[in-house]
Amino acid sequence: MLLQTRKLTKVFGTLTACDAIDFSIRSGEIHALLGENGAGKSTLVKMLFGSLQPTSGQIVWQNSPVTVASPAAARKLGLGMVFQHFSLFDALTAAENITLALDERAPVADIGEKARALSVQYGLPVDPNAVVGDLSVGERQRIEIVRCLLQDPSLIILDEPTSVLTPQEADRLFETLFRLRDEGRSILYISHRLDEVRRICDAATILRHGKVVGHCQPDRETPGTLARMMVGDTVAQITRAPHAATGETPAILVSRLSQPPVGPFSTALHDVSLTVQRGEVVGIAGVAGNGQGELFDALSGEQRQSLADTVQLSGKPAGLLGVSARRRLGAAFVPEERLGHGAAPQMTLTENLLLSRHATDGSAFIRKGGVIARDMIGRAAARISAAMDVRKGAEDPPAAALSGGNLQKFLIGRELDRQPAVLIVNQPTWGVDAGAAARIRQALIDLARNGSGVLVISQDLDELFEISDRIAVIHDGALSAAMPVAEATAERIGLLMAGAAAAPGNAGVAA
Amino acid sequence: MIRIEVTRRPQPSRLLSAFSPLIALGLTIIAGSIMFMALGKNPVAALYSYFVEPLTEVWSLHELAIKAAPLILIAVGLSVCYRANVWNIGAEGQFTFGAIFGSALPVLLPGFQGPLVLPLMLLCGVVGGMAWAFIPAVLKVRFGTNEILTSLMLVYVAGLFLDWLVRGPWRSPEGFNFPETIRFHEDAVLPAIWFASGRAHWGFVFAIVAAVAVWFLLERTLKGFEIRMMGQSPRAARFAGFSSGKVVFFALLLSGGLAGLAGISEVSGAIGQLRPVISPGYGFAAIIVAFLGRLNPLGIIAAGLVLALSYLGGEAAQISLGISDKAARVFQGLLLFFVLASDTLIHYRVRLMRTVKAGGGDA
Amino acid sequence: MLEAILLTIATAATPLLLAAIGELVAERSGVLNLGVEGMMIMGAVAAFAVAYTTGNPWLGALAGALAGVSFSLLFGLLTLTLATNQVASGLALTILGLGASGMLGESFVGLPGVKLEAVSIPVLSDLPLVGRLLFGQDPFFYLSILLGIGVWWFLFRSRAGLELRSVGANHASAHALGLKVIRVRYLAVMFGGLCAGLAGAQLTLVYTPQWVENMSAGRGWIALALVVFASWRPGRIVVGAYLFGAVSIGQLHAQALGIGLPSQLLSALPYLATIAVLVLISRDRRATLMNTPASLGQPFVPDR
Repeated sequence: MLLQTRKLTKVFGTLTACDAIDFSIRSGEIHALLGENGAGKSTLVKMLFGSLQPTSGQIVWQNSPVTVASPAAARKLGLGMVFQHFSLFDALTAAENITLALDERAPVADIGEKARALSVQYGLPVDPNAVVGDLSVGERQRIEIVRCLLQDPSLIILDEPTSVLTPQEADRLFETLFRLRDEGRSILYISHRLDEVRRICDAATILRHGKVVGHCQPDRETPGTLARMMVGDTVAQITRAPHAATGETPAILVSRLSQPPVGPFSTALHDVSLTVQRGEVVGIAGVAGNGQGELFDALSGEQRQSLADTVQLSGKPAGLLGVSARRRLGAAFVPEERLGHGAAPQMTLTENLLLSRHATDGSAFIRKGGVIARDMIGRAAARISAAMDVRKGAEDPPAAALSGGNLQKFLIGRELDRQPAVLIVNQPTWGVDAGAAARIRQALIDLARNGSGVLVISQDLDELFEISDRIAVIHDGALSAAMPVAEATAERIGLLMAGAAAAPGNAGVAA
Repeated sequence: MIRIEVTRRPQPSRLLSAFSPLIALGLTIIAGSIMFMALGKNPVAALYSYFVEPLTEVWSLHELAIKAAPLILIAVGLSVCYRANVWNIGAEGQFTFGAIFGSALPVLLPGFQGPLVLPLMLLCGVVGGMAWAFIPAVLKVRFGTNEILTSLMLVYVAGLFLDWLVRGPWRSPEGFNFPETIRFHEDAVLPAIWFASGRAHWGFVFAIVAAVAVWFLLERTLKGFEIRMMGQSPRAARFAGFSSGKVVFFALLLSGGLAGLAGISEVSGAIGQLRPVISPGYGFAAIIVAFLGRLNPLGIIAAGLVLALSYLGGEAAQISLGISDKAARVFQGLLLFFVLASDTLIHYRVRLMRTVKAGGGDA
Repeated sequence: MLEAILLTIATAATPLLLAAIGELVAERSGVLNLGVEGMMIMGAVAAFAVAYTTGNPWLGALAGALAGVSFSLLFGLLTLTLATNQVASGLALTILGLGASGMLGESFVGLPGVKLEAVSIPVLSDLPLVGRLLFGQDPFFYLSILLGIGVWWFLFRSRAGLELRSVGANHASAHALGLKVIRVRYLAVMFGGLCAGLAGAQLTLVYTPQWVENMSAGRGWIALALVVFASWRPGRIVVGAYLFGAVSIGQLHAQALGIGLPSQLLSALPYLATIAVLVLISRDRRATLMNTPASLGQPFVPDR
């Protein structure tokens, strides 16, 4: 055995994030760690990598018990980690980023050269002098992998690696992983994508609510049996009635929207055009960091346009309007970042209800002289919580006290409660458990079928195939034409996500 | 080795958010006693003359109200700024400019008298404070210039401007060359609230009214909601359709106006003329008041009285025990330190840990 | 005449340079310490008191440095260990420093100080033109220049400097990599305190060897502005400090010449110049955002 855990437990206050976890990884295997958001996967991995100390239990490395006091100690043992978030420094170069994670004391330039050589060897091209903030998500991931490989690890931990890749890029990553396995290294592969796990993993451990609920050999299971082990229940199937195209004014009409980059590391938008009819759900696919956030801000009015007709909502020019005025035209918005964008973390749910509704529901929620009608808002918040089945510990807790799934249900419910004619939502189910995700997706479809136009920006292709009537792809701030979902295949969308249409002949390798 | 470890509470503690100012006061008193002992003074006697003696006589209660009025007025304005995450630390300058603008009328037009004079002076004072606060506001909104540094630099400029006025163009011709303006005529003096008992003037009433009004604004109105959200979560506030520029202007102009009102009230009610120095650092002490009141205008009323007491106590202790009046400022600084440290208890659990292995110094 | 003016400019620029270079290191690690003025004035009073009592200005300088460091530790305890608001805590440090120095220095007002004399470097100081200017100065001058160069080398050429920058750029990532975020920040804050304390010591041991209450007169705040002006780059701090030194000496000479402007207006020039410079530098918001350490002012509490 390369690595074993014995009754590994981590308690945060009253929450047991990991409860007596037993599992083991053999040398030369790709081992999947499966589980929903909040199942305890990342807590477990942080303990293995020394970022968190277990409350009790033991880690056994190559048959001897060890204490992993810090990430440096983990690296010394031979563990490497490719993080999903929070691990590269935007303001530093690739070589500086790599140097920081290595324990050897060598000049940055030398380490950069070594990284370049190694990256060529494994087919993961990396430019050591590039500033990381300017790179695509795929390129950042390559830096992380190269950084990890430079330490010659025997166990590599990958946290949701394909969530930021096109299907083609993912295939190339799998080849690299097979090669690493053939060299005798082990890989701990964290994912919730079942088909992927079945394709590449030799063994799997399934977590639910902080406990191990099963071990299996993924290729002997079906996605259905794996999902049941993960969720512990059958997830409601989404129903989608065919939509009848309406010939009236479109809900959303975007024509030739261009915009320079707003911040130091943000993406410019190039000539984006898009129509969303009433009654349909249009999906926008794309790899993270290709302008999704910028497009959302442009549509919501947080960034205004210079021409009124660039963005039309329900047939009315909205380009010059701010977010409140666009809401008054019947539009509603749900951003990607829940805490700090869609909701103010320390404010209560009722206050957060007022956040997006004070302009449209002023007559109900605001009394004379600008005094807030707290009783009315409280009633509306209770109505939303009931409609969306929002689970909360107190009557009116701060937004930050809710789990991701429950907060997202509240934020979507906050907008649905208005019966908006237009709904624009970015990453509706990111980090949300399966039950809540199904509920949210069904609500989006139902809203469209009741005559509203719904635009869903998502990095989850499966989700888009499940709910969209048409799908467009955003790459480097440019949007492809939307195609009916029946004509869209994962391969076709994947090529567009890699920029095939924008830069023919350069598929897969974003420069 | 013992080290301090903090972990975030799932929710802020209500109990501690009520008690943290008291904990801070207690810690300050302990630290102050140690300081007095180090100075060779009896700490009990010193604390008595600081915190009890000024409360034993009617005239000194009046003095307390006189000192508390500017502190509360300024701190109430600052609480709006700080809740909006706008760091106005130049209230001392806005106070000075309010005093200058408001004094222009009685100094330059001493012949103009009547019941209109005082309201006009107060209005000018508010405008003067606003004008001085407008500069950091416009620089922040228009160019993104850091308001901490600009508002502070303007304190020095305002002080020098006042110095120039009272030594130059506004100097009293009958003042034997003293750097001061003529004394205000009777109609330009803010009257006492209750003549019979002492000299506390209407500034204290302004302070209480301002505190209650601003409390209502912050806690009950959409404008207050806008200010609080901009301070806590600017991105969410923009998503709510609020404009950060408008909030910056609102907060700075409101606090500038209140500081200006404090300035003219002080000059008109307590001093009666302009001098090179018109404030014992009210603009900075009000920062302490704002935090001790937990940025809540009602709490600020109590906090303003506590700080005013430390000024009076400083004078009393100097007279009765010969302790330097500078000790009051040390007290005030310590108090702010302990207030901030105690606020940690609201959001975090703080534990003392015995480190098992030496060298694991990272908290 | 020109040489004399240049010498006084260097003397006026040195405390600004010292304090700003220390604050730059603290801010590069992600800590905004608005208490520079407080640490500086404590350094000034400690240096004066010890130099006066012992008659040894070198011991005074050491005391100034220690006072700055101990004050910065107080700030570290609040903002780093107790995760308090850095802006408010920095203000507290300044208020406390101004109060405590006033009290401690009360008995020293009006006493003659001990001057730390210039140290001429043999041979080099006899060079024509630049000799006295570069090699015939007081020890603080040499130290400030060496620190400017040293900090540049440390930040951009050493591994420890890279770690410090990474902590300031993103403390969560740095923590995930296993860097000791809090420890790095403590060290950076202490370095800032050391430099501010030395800057204060320069005021009472070289610039005007006497003790006057509030004698730092906003220099700590100007040093903070210099860090912004310099976009967190050591080379530009040197340039900025000397520009401000020139402005403050220029206005003194203008007052002495009696050019007809009120002296108060001339005294206000350094503060007005600070505002002007801040406006100029902040006009390019995108560049400012690029250079600002991304975690600046954010409290850090790791998960456990």
